[in-house]
Amino acid sequence: MLAPIVDRFSLVSLLRFFPVPLLQPILSLIGTQVARNEPDIFLRLGPHAQKTFVIDPSDLPFVLVLRPRPEAPELSAFRRADAPRGHACISGTFLNLFRLIDGSLDGDALFFSRELRVTGDTEAVVALRNSLDDIDGGLVQAVTGAFGPLSPVAAMTVSHFRSLGGRSHHER
Amino acid sequence: MNDDTVPQRPELVCPAGTPASLRTAVDAGADAVYCGLQNETNARNFPGLNFSPVELQKSVAYAHARGAKVLLAVNTFPPAGKFQLWKDAIDVAVACAVDAIIVADMGVAAYASRNFPQLRLHLSVQAGASSPEAIRFHCEEFGVRRVVLPRILTVAEIADIHRQIPCEIEAFVFGNIGMMAEGRCSLTNYVTGISTNMDGVCSPAADVRFEEEADGALTSRLGPFVIDRYACGESGGYPTICKGRYACSAQAEPYYAFEEPRSLNLSALLPELMRAGVTALKIEGRQRSRAYVKEVVGAFRRAVDDIMAGREAALANLIALTEGHKETQGAFRSKSWR
Amino acid sequence: MSEARTELTLGPNPFNWSPERWRDFYFRIADEAPVATVYLGETVCSKRAPLFEEHYEAVAERLRGAGKTVVHSTLGETASQVDRRLVNDVCQRVGDLVEANDVSAIWHLRGRPHCIGPLINVYNEETLRFLAARGARNVCLPAELPFAAVSVLCGTAAAEGVTIELQVFGRQSLALSARCYHARAHDRTKDTCRFVCEENADGLPLTTLDGQPFLVVNGIQTLSYEYLNLAQEVPALKTAGVSRYRLSPHSCDMVEVASTFRDLLDGEIAPSEALSRLQTLELGTPFANGFLHGQPGYRWTTIKNLI
Repeated sequence: MLAPIVDRFSLVSLLRFFPVPLLQPILSLIGTQVARNEPDIFLRLGPHAQKTFVIDPSDLPFVLVLRPRPEAPELSAFRRADAPRGHACISGTFLNLFRLIDGSLDGDALFFSRELRVTGDTEAVVALRNSLDDIDGGLVQAVTGAFGPLSPVAAMTVSHFRSLGGRSHHER
Repeated sequence: MNDDTVPQRPELVCPAGTPASLRTAVDAGADAVYCGLQNETNARNFPGLNFSPVELQKSVAYAHARGAKVLLAVNTFPPAGKFQLWKDAIDVAVACAVDAIIVADMGVAAYASRNFPQLRLHLSVQAGASSPEAIRFHCEEFGVRRVVLPRILTVAEIADIHRQIPCEIEAFVFGNIGMMAEGRCSLTNYVTGISTNMDGVCSPAADVRFEEEADGALTSRLGPFVIDRYACGESGGYPTICKGRYACSAQAEPYYAFEEPRSLNLSALLPELMRAGVTALKIEGRQRSRAYVKEVVGAFRRAVDDIMAGREAALANLIALTEGHKETQGAFRSKSWR
Repeated sequence: MSEARTELTLGPNPFNWSPERWRDFYFRIADEAPVATVYLGETVCSKRAPLFEEHYEAVAERLRGAGKTVVHSTLGETASQVDRRLVNDVCQRVGDLVEANDVSAIWHLRGRPHCIGPLINVYNEETLRFLAARGARNVCLPAELPFAAVSVLCGTAAAEGVTIELQVFGRQSLALSARCYHARAHDRTKDTCRFVCEENADGLPLTTLDGQPFLVVNGIQTLSYEYLNLAQEVPALKTAGVSRYRLSPHSCDMVEVASTFRDLLDGEIAPSEALSRLQTLELGTPFANGFLHGQPGYRWTTIKNLI
């Protein structure tokens, strides 16, 4: 519903100006929600759950830092310049990263096309990718319910991002 | 030996690296799904991938409820002193009521056929059985019911083998194409100390490094060795040694000494393969995502159904999912590939 | 474990040398090298086999005349009709033992005494016992096995009356393919190769993009760039129960290599002296011993406390 009436990239554009401090409660919610609902992720991650992942949407002014740790999962936003050094960094456009996490894009395919960059601990990234891929319906689906009264807004935002890719990337 | 009869409806054998992938494959139309346990008993022993015994049990129930089979790959080579882990894997397979196990090692096959004579055995591509004699040996000694052929044969050679063996043939139709004879490659171990045959990993991620150069080029390394360097914008591949670019005295420029990064796609050869006696079509990619499984399985499901209904198969363009964004018919089309 | 009587063997020549060079090499081995067994036969490419045919029997005869045992090795990979015919022909030989290098050869040989080559995957006790029950008398283990596995297999082999052999010198076979990489390097295919592999007596080296020597191409086979050298490990291998020590042929002075290892096996020289004698060969390539130590195969480990 949102997509036809708004400029195709408006929400992504909006994200560019989204104040990082306002992002933080949303991210924390996502982190705790996933940890609560998908505990098997930590089994799959094994020792890599203790690693620090920098997720870098190259077209946005901030990066996300993920520390999965089952005892205290943490997802935070940093201005790119202030981001801590992680064990591994995954970088691509926001929409590609979104679709990857949403389970609608194949990470290897994105990587082969050079639209996804992986530096640092490759094994940790592979473990993270495989762990997230075992969530039925995808990670995004799994967290939209967490927003309580705002869940419909979250769902609408998600469907907006999904619509931006049209059909999935591979079938272009 | 096999008769040449009217092509039967082939079984579509699909990969699953996780329980969610298995469900995706079943829902997308897989006739059978193959998977492995979370250890070195299978050839895709990657971090975060594969099934616990409990997950396997639930997955078998999911598949069986929808008329699909589950095949467990126990297709690596146990080093002396560690055989128990492979015995345990077969015991788990039996306890979970999988429909077949896929084996490569003669010792593992002997253990399985001796202790579980009712368990259906498939001969893994890792056994590298590329001649009628080698295949017959496994059928006669272990009661193997199906052979997964190495990706080194032409369609004509497959047809010839089909007439000379007493078991079914499964052939790869899509996915990553290794250049070396499967089960006989120590290149990864030579570079990393991790063995493809014994540990179940080719190019372990822990030894893979990508480095971006100042000019935007991307260098991939395995251990201390540079495997390839992609210019800015050039399609990339995973740093497997047999897909690397090297220099030699016979070539003016560095070249892909073994093979370019590209994937196998035999969708156009499906009718020929079926006529040659291939009764199971295998899609590679247990290490790939659910997105890959959904698209590739769906596309091949439609293609097989079209062929069986006498229609021209409309093949979706799967090239975006292929390594290096290039595809090949590999050895299958003609001997000039060799 | 008691030390078995040790034998030195010369593995099949993996390279494509001119027929005369090939013949003269083996004549010299027959006359001068202290090896007990020589493996003959083409293991890499069935197209090459006819090239050596005219000298094959003369070479075998000369070796036997010098008191050496001749074993005929089969092809490492069997796919085409030509491959299958060659494997069948070698397996039909009577008088000498045959060494199987792929399962199709075992199909021909089972039920009578034969040898198992290093290109067959004998990784564990179950496989060894299974093959022993079908007539295997000697097993040359795969290149990548670590010492712990070798040791266990020696125990199983002793109980089965099978001898264990291990390559201790020369480039290691790392992979086989259906495609000929020698032909590919010269923009040809396997069918149109015109035997271009004859240009490289020890294989065609590949270097990485930053100039590091890496692998060696030999037809459909990929070899290590480094030369395997297990001189330091020989005492431990003897203790473990390895009774046969295989040298893989190269263009270097193989008589000197054989004499060095024979002296080492006899305890006449220490491993350190064997090493320095092998270093005088001036191969121009480093040694490696990684696999046996569970390390990357290309690595070289100096054993501090040589036994």
